[in-house]
Formats: sequence, C-alpha cells, structure tokens
Amino acid sequence: MRNVASNMAAVAAQRGNEDAKLIREIVTPEGIPLRFSLARAGDRAAAFLLDMVLQIIVLVVISWGLSSAAGGEASWLTAVIVVLAFLLVNFYFAVFEVRWQGATPGKRRIGIRVIDARGGQLETSAVLARNLIRELEVWMPLRFLLAGGLVWPEAPGWARLCAGAWTFVFLFMPVFNKDRLRIGDMIAGTRVVMQPRIVLVPDLADQAAEAPYYARAGAPVAAGHAFSDAQLGIYGIYELQVLEGVLRTRPGDPAQLEVLRTVSEKVRAKIRYEGKVVDDERFLREFYAAQRAHLEQKLLFGQRREDKFSK
Amino acid sequence: MLAQTPPDAPAAVPGSPPGAIPGPRELRSVVFRREREAAWRELEDLIAAADKRGLRTLGAEQLARLPHLYRAALSSLSVARSISLDRALTDYLENLVGRAYFVVYGTRQHLRRQLAEFFLWQLPSRVRRARWHILAAAIVMLAAAIAAFQLTSADMDYYYVFAGDMAQGRTPASSTSELRDGLYHLESGSGMLATFAASLFSHNARIGILAFATGFVAGLPTLLLLFYNGLVLGGFAALYHARGLAVDLWAWMLPHGVTELTAVVLCGAAGLQLAQALVFPGARTRMDSLRDHGRAAALIVVGAVIMLFIAGLIEGVFRQTVTSVPIRFAVAGTTAVWWIYYFGFVGRGRDRAEAAGPARGIQPEPRATGELLPQRSGAMEVAR
Repeated sequence: MRNVASNMAAVAAQRGNEDAKLIREIVTPEGIPLRFSLARAGDRAAAFLLDMVLQIIVLVVISWGLSSAAGGEASWLTAVIVVLAFLLVNFYFAVFEVRWQGATPGKRRIGIRVIDARGGQLETSAVLARNLIRELEVWMPLRFLLAGGLVWPEAPGWARLCAGAWTFVFLFMPVFNKDRLRIGDMIAGTRVVMQPRIVLVPDLADQAAEAPYYARAGAPVAAGHAFSDAQLGIYGIYELQVLEGVLRTRPGDPAQLEVLRTVSEKVRAKIRYEGKVVDDERFLREFYAAQRAHLEQKLLFGQRREDKFSK
Repeated sequence: MLAQTPPDAPAAVPGSPPGAIPGPRELRSVVFRREREAAWRELEDLIAAADKRGLRTLGAEQLARLPHLYRAALSSLSVARSISLDRALTDYLENLVGRAYFVVYGTRQHLRRQLAEFFLWQLPSRVRRARWHILAAAIVMLAAAIAAFQLTSADMDYYYVFAGDMAQGRTPASSTSELRDGLYHLESGSGMLATFAASLFSHNARIGILAFATGFVAGLPTLLLLFYNGLVLGGFAALYHARGLAVDLWAWMLPHGVTELTAVVLCGAAGLQLAQALVFPGARTRMDSLRDHGRAAALIVVGAVIMLFIAGLIEGVFRQTVTSVPIRFAVAGTTAVWWIYYFGFVGRGRDRAEAAGPARGIQPEPRATGELLPQRSGAMEVAR
C-alpha cells in the first residue's frame, strides 16, 4: 500500500511538471503576472468537433426551414444556401471569437478561449487571420481526402500520400511546438488557453467551514491532536498541497477512507507521532491545519520551505 | 531583514506563547479570505453575467463596480500568493482574475464603429501599404496572361491546355457565331442567375482565401494560383481575339472582371506578404513578423471576399440582363474609377495622423519581462 501511495505521489509530481511546461504568464498593466495554462490538444479537438456539429445542424435547420417556407418553389433558394454555407464555413469561428471574446460555443463548452499572446486586446484582424487559415489547414486537405476523386480523378497513390502527409503536418502542428500553436495562431499571434470556471471551495483550515465532515464521521471533537515544532518542520509546501488534494478528493466516499488511512499511517511514521488516532480523516485535517499554520508563519518571516528535501 | 531571522528563533506572535502554533481561527490566510470573499463572489457574478449576456446588459452601477472589484481581486491574488498556502484559494483567484482581466481589458468597441473603421481606414490603408506585393502579384498574373495569349494565338491547341477546365463549351471548335451568342446570351429564369452568381462567388472566394493561406507554404502555391489564373485569361482572350470578337469579349468580361481580378490580385498579394514575413522576417523574429503581416493580410483578404461578392452580383445579374456594349464598358470604367479612388484615397488623412503619432485608445500592451517572473521558462513572449 505504501508503494502505491508513493507511486501516486511520483505520478502527481511528474504530472505537475508536465503542467508547468504549459503555464504562460501575462503581466497586467497593474504589474501583476497572471498565469494561464495552454489548452491541451484533446480539448481543442473536442471544441472544434462540437463547433463543426453545430455548424452542420445550423445549416440543415436553416435549409430545411427556408425550403419549407418557400414551398420548394423559390429558385433563389439554392443561391441563398450556397452563400450561407460559404459564410458559415469561413466566418463562423471568426464572428463568435470577436463577439464572445475569443470563445465559440464549442470552446466555451470545453472551457478554453483564444487570447492575444502579449495579453493585449484580441483584435478583430487577429481573429480573422487565425480563422481564414483553416482553409489551408483543414478544409483543403479534408476535401481532397474525402472527395479527392472530384478534385483529381484517378489520382495516383503518391498524390494521396502527399495529401495525407499535408493533412498530418498541418492538423497536428499544435502537438509539435512548445506553445501548442496552430498555424493560425502563429500568423495571428494568439494562444489558446484553458479557462474553465473554478468554484471557491471551503478552506480546509477553517474550522467553521469544515464542520460537516466531522458530523459525518460522528467522532467526538473534544480531544484534538497536538504537534510539536519538530514534527511540523519535516514536510514542506509541496507535501502540504498534496495532502490538501487528498483531503479534497471525494470527501465522504467510503473508498477514499482506505486512501486516507494509508496516508495517515505514512504521515504518522514520518513525523513519529506517538498519540492515539481514532479517525484518520480528522487526524489528517488537524495535521493539515497545523502544518499550514506552521508553514504560513514561516512564510511571513520570509522562509519558504518548498518540500521535504529543502533545507 | 525578516528573511534573515534564524529558523530556530521563536516566532514573535502577539498573544501566543513561544513554540505554540496559532489556532486555525487566527490563521492570517483564513481571516484574509473571510474578509474579502464577498467582493470576489460579487466579481464572479458580474463576469458570469457579462460572459452570458454581454457587457452591455450590465447596469451603470455594476459597470462602475467592475474595475474596482477587478483591482481588489488582483491585489487579493498577489496577497494570497505571498501569505496563503491554500492551493484551492490561489487557483480560484488566479482563475477569477484571469477571467476578469479579459472582461475589463477586452475590446469594447461597438460593431458599427468597428465596421466603419474597417471600411473607411483599415482596408484601404492596408492595401496601400501592400502596394509592392500587389504589383508583384499583378505582374505574375499579367505575364502569364500575355504568355498564354501569345502561345494560343500562334497555335489554338494551347487553348485546351490553358482554359480547358473553364471552357464550358466555348472552344476553338465552336463557330464564331456560337461564341458571340455566348457573350450576349440572356438567362431567362432569375433563380438560375442567382444560383450561378452564388456558386461563382463561393468558388472564387475559396480560391482567394486559399491564395492567402498558402502564403504560409513560402508563397509558391500562391504564385502558381495567380499564374494559372493568368493563363486561363490569356487563353480565352486569344480565342476571341482570333475571331474578331475582342471588343465584345472585354465588354462581357470587364464589368465584373475589374472587381474580380483586383480581388484575386489582392488575395495573392496578401499571400505574398505572409510568405515574405515567413521567409524574410528582417530584423524581427519570425513570429513577430508573421503576426504583424498576418493580421494586415487577413484584413485585405476579407476586403477581397467582399469584392468578390460584388463581382458575383455584377456577373450573375447585371451581365446577364444588359447586352449593350457601351453600357457594359461604362460600368467597367465606373468600377475601375471607384476602386482606384477607394484604395488610393480613402482614409489617407487617418494614415497621416497615425504616422504623426499613434493616438490610439487605452490599450494594454503588458509585456512579460523575464525578471518580473518567478518562473523564467513561463514567459509567454519576452519583449524583444
């Protein structure tokens, strides 16, 4: 069990490292750096597919609506639909990104948005530039792959291979560079970042806010656990925040109790805690609160202990 | 000074004995959060409303509160980073301030004003600035047209090579009267006309956008597209000239052709601009150069798409209903004069004003500078 726990910590650390590579900063005019995390390729692909589905639905619904309104008689119908399809394919993304501050319905749903790489206003010209390029990145290769016969009947194998390679290079461009840039982003100087809505959860160190969990555990609140300075001097900020993550994971889930027990045993062994522990969750919460108080206190005096390995 | 306090020295906290840990209730970060939470939640609600229904739906009082709340949250974030180790709290504030930042500093311009700015200044100004690229694109197309014209005049078989795809039954095998009829043919059903114009527009516009986009592939496909367009033109002209239909052909082609060909050249020029920014970035980095030229070129392309729409209307409607040669030439001349005026003179005053001193609205150009950042690798675009 201990091995599993330490493995989990290692994976989390690695994961954190991976995430750190995707962090970009913008300094606001007030002089404070804001951190943004670049969107992952999967999220962007999902948003794109959602938008595509929406475009098709809109086109079908409008065509159907128009033709039923016209009674299949109006000859201008085809013309309207042709122009509409063109506008939809080429300006759907641009119009939404201008009106919705860098989001489209798909992007909003996934929780990502387009921003200016330097943190300035997202200019209309930038939005147009990044979206007009889709003709090269997506539509042209797609048309060739799906309906190659119409563009070039009996195309030889090498031509198809070239088209496939072209599609691959342009479509997967974001995976190949560190800023996750699509060609459109390079041309427009934009980035796509994650911006989901994060809700404010109760503070684990605030006794008033955490009361419900004790009530659930049904344990007496009277006798608390006490920790000495030496015991609190072992772990650092990194471990504190990993513990925070553990405590916030599925509170109240019976399966989580096992994890809490393992972590609690590990912590007790590490800090040589001699006292009696009845409720592991309660022990960990109190340890968390004491540890945080200790580290924040040190922080006020300018001592930032990053993790258990730092001096 | 505080940083030099030895770790063993008892922390001097008023009201607590040395060595004792302050109870959670007295934790500064907890108190800090309790005091400010209401303001954060208010800001959160404001941005949610702005995101959902637009900034315009906010009341005057809310709008006035927004920057105030934003600055408060920003200062909370910076305090939280230095005193709080609650990850959930710093993550929340980071997210909240990030979202508020784009609401507060996002574009606030009205759509109508944006459109006016685009048509009355940006488009003609960007076109003027791209004049050398436009010249290059026009020369490529013209050279191809002249070459194709000469070759086809000498040997009609070349016609099939150059204009084969677009012939639509107009080939050297057709009789002169058939060709003439084609130039003065009037469509009967208006529906057919509209469909014809619409497909022409969407086809041409797609090719135009492609000519711009392929600028990213060093501009070679852009040049090929321009060249190919010129070949078709030259082949066509040679056929009709050989039959003594020169005047009729140009009367047929120029009313929409002036606008359409200009638009094609503009798209090509935009592609060339992109290619130049990529291949010869000059003193700036490739990314900076791409960014500036890419944005300018995109505006030109949008202008060209609008021109193609106009050309489609002329081609699909006007040309199919008016057969008088003088009127056709008059329309062609009018469009030519209009585009020369529009691209040559509209917005020149603004150009001069911009050159004298960029007096733009309040626009944040925050820069990520290395020394300000705790993690150096995270700098997004270090000011170069």
